Amino acid sequence: MGLAVKKDPGLEEKLKKVDEMLEKYKGKKGVLLQVLQEAQSIVGYLPIEVQKRVAEALNVTLSEVYSTVTFYSFFNLKPKGKYQIRSCIGTACYVKGADKVLARLEQELGIKVGDTTDDLKFSLDACRCVGACGLAPVLIINDDVYGRVTPDKVPEILKNYE
Amino acid sequence: MEMVTLTIDGEKVQVPKGTTILEAARKLGKKIPTLCFLKGINEIGACRMCVVEVKGARALQASCVYPVSEGMEVFTNTPAVREARKVTLELLLSDHNMECPTCVRNLNCELQKLAEELGIRSIRFTGEKHKAIYDDFSPSIVRDTSKCILCRRCVSTCHNVQGVGVISPNHRGFETTIAPVYDMSLAEVACVNCGQCILACPVGALKEKDDTDKVWQALQDPEKHVIVQIAPAVRVSLGEEFGLERGAIVTKKIPAALRRLGFDRVFDTDFGADLTIMEEGHEFIERLQNGGKLPLITSCSPGWIKFCEHYYPEFLENLSTCKSPQQMFGAVAKTYYAQKMGIDPSKIFVVSIMPCTAKKFECQRPEMRSSGYQDVDVVLTTREISRMLKEAGINLASLPDEEFDDPLGISTGAGAIFGATGGVMEAALRTVYEVLTGQELKNLDFTDVRGVEGIKEATVEINGMKINVAVAHGLANARKLLDRVKNKEATYHFIEIMGCPGGCVGGGGQPILSAEERWELDYRKVRGEAIYEVDRNMPLRKSHENPAVQQLYKEFLGKPLSEKSHELLHTHYTPRPKYPEAE
Repeated sequence: MGLAVKKDPGLEEKLKKVDEMLEKYKGKKGVLLQVLQEAQSIVGYLPIEVQKRVAEALNVTLSEVYSTVTFYSFFNLKPKGKYQIRSCIGTACYVKGADKVLARLEQELGIKVGDTTDDLKFSLDACRCVGACGLAPVLIINDDVYGRVTPDKVPEILKNYE
Repeated sequence: MEMVTLTIDGEKVQVPKGTTILEAARKLGKKIPTLCFLKGINEIGACRMCVVEVKGARALQASCVYPVSEGMEVFTNTPAVREARKVTLELLLSDHNMECPTCVRNLNCELQKLAEELGIRSIRFTGEKHKAIYDDFSPSIVRDTSKCILCRRCVSTCHNVQGVGVISPNHRGFETTIAPVYDMSLAEVACVNCGQCILACPVGALKEKDDTDKVWQALQDPEKHVIVQIAPAVRVSLGEEFGLERGAIVTKKIPAALRRLGFDRVFDTDFGADLTIMEEGHEFIERLQNGGKLPLITSCSPGWIKFCEHYYPEFLENLSTCKSPQQMFGAVAKTYYAQKMGIDPSKIFVVSIMPCTAKKFECQRPEMRSSGYQDVDVVLTTREISRMLKEAGINLASLPDEEFDDPLGISTGAGAIFGATGGVMEAALRTVYEVLTGQELKNLDFTDVRGVEGIKEATVEINGMKINVAVAHGLANARKLLDRVKNKEATYHFIEIMGCPGGCVGGGGQPILSAEERWELDYRKVRGEAIYEVDRNMPLRKSHENPAVQQLYKEFLGKPLSEKSHELLHTHYTPRPKYPEAE
């Protein structure tokens, strides 16, 4: 995984907000997770610029910050799209063909799971069980839930977000 | 101290409260197998090799982190315990790159040894192996994660002992990899090349960059005049690789061994160290008398230098401009020595035998070419030269005593003590005292700056002036000392910093001890004491009395800090980023 990520045009502005947020945590111990969570809620993801600021403010190594960011699936190293697609691959969805739905999504969007399209419009993630097993396989785009999805329905669903 | 009584396998033992089961068992002479445990450095109960049964406890417990309690009953050798350990070890082995006979750690591997001790004769598990990284971009350290067992001993060492912290467990579960951020190479991050991670590694996942082939080739080449210099700390460690006791002094065996290997001349870095004292001692006096930047900080340790460049660039002006002894030696070898012997310097091949992996980086720095060539061609660690000798069938231990060659093999005790923490300071004080006072120093032993305490301080009175000195070794200690100076909590005139704990005797290129042996023996202390014994037995113990150094000044350099000295023996430093840059 390289350092290169798609440029977020609003990043400078968000980094300023991160700096402000970090002020209240300077030198504190045991607050790394909380700080990372706040930083991600500001920026949307945790690029190296954010991780460096967190490391400096909390007086921990960048290596420790990166280690923590990559341990928790909640944290993102790359920016998420305007529309965040989560394709459920929990047991019920999986046996109903979620893998094929996911493959079709990758094909239509031209990205792999965990990635974001170059225009920052869509990001694609797989998730485990969203509690709607009766509707398997399930797809969630931001707050919209789609049930009984088949690979062929994928292009149609994506059209709603053009 | 509150004491606790417990029984282990039916034997009663009394230990202080807070003791772990592992330590209590050790007191009874019982050996519980460990792998991730590195006393005082990595005590995290991660690998589960040390599990024991504790009566009343729900599951098996990791004895390295489980504190004893009154009346506790522990069983270290039950079928359940033995089976759990075996399963754990087999699982580790099932994801391990088992190329043992060709591994650099063959016969000195804790995983291998444990497999033997636990009687593993087959591995019941097969399956996918983790995606491995082989990172050999650093000139000093190679990472091979196909052999990594995720024990985190290197991580704790890098973060806590060295205060560097450029490697961590990244990602999660089966994908966990010990690596720098973004799985970069060590060469791309602020690693200082100290190699302490290699000493901590129980397996072959971390090793020095092997440069022995380059030396074999040079030794084969009839065109080349191949000379070798050997660092102070190697003479008290190389014998260990040949079955001698830790810290055995083999100063005179080394010339015999290296001649038999085919080197044209065998010289001594101690000569370079004496020369360093001449330059650095006068630099200190100059700064002291002319209001120069103080404290002056020593510059012999390339791990420390790179650390300063990455993490404390505000102290770069405090660093002595003197090159390290190895680099002074190289620059003199390809100029003065070449001239004196009538040898074309392009034909001279300089090999250094160092206790150090950072020296491999140092010799490749662009500043280290003041002879017009790379001043030192190849650096080999103590471990690499021992491998070459073994390959050539030369048993160091059984060789006769021989002397180093003239003129770059002549040295004093002051040069020798560079190998132990505090030694550069002591050597400098011996010379500075006599230069400033014009009187003979009666007691040469500055014992306040000796020993393995992390930070040492002393005040020395010279000509009625009180000189405050401090010594730190291990970079986490260096951090503490520098922060103290930065926050104006202490004022010093002269500071010695060595990158590795114990100084060069504890260098990252030295023979590797198992965690078990490290628990038994403070190898840095033992080797350090040997270094001072070398010093005591030298006829000359002050750098300025070295006749070969005196001759060098007379015939070539003029005087310390002369123009020629500056050209060949001094250098400058470069601020380096603390973090990798985003693209």
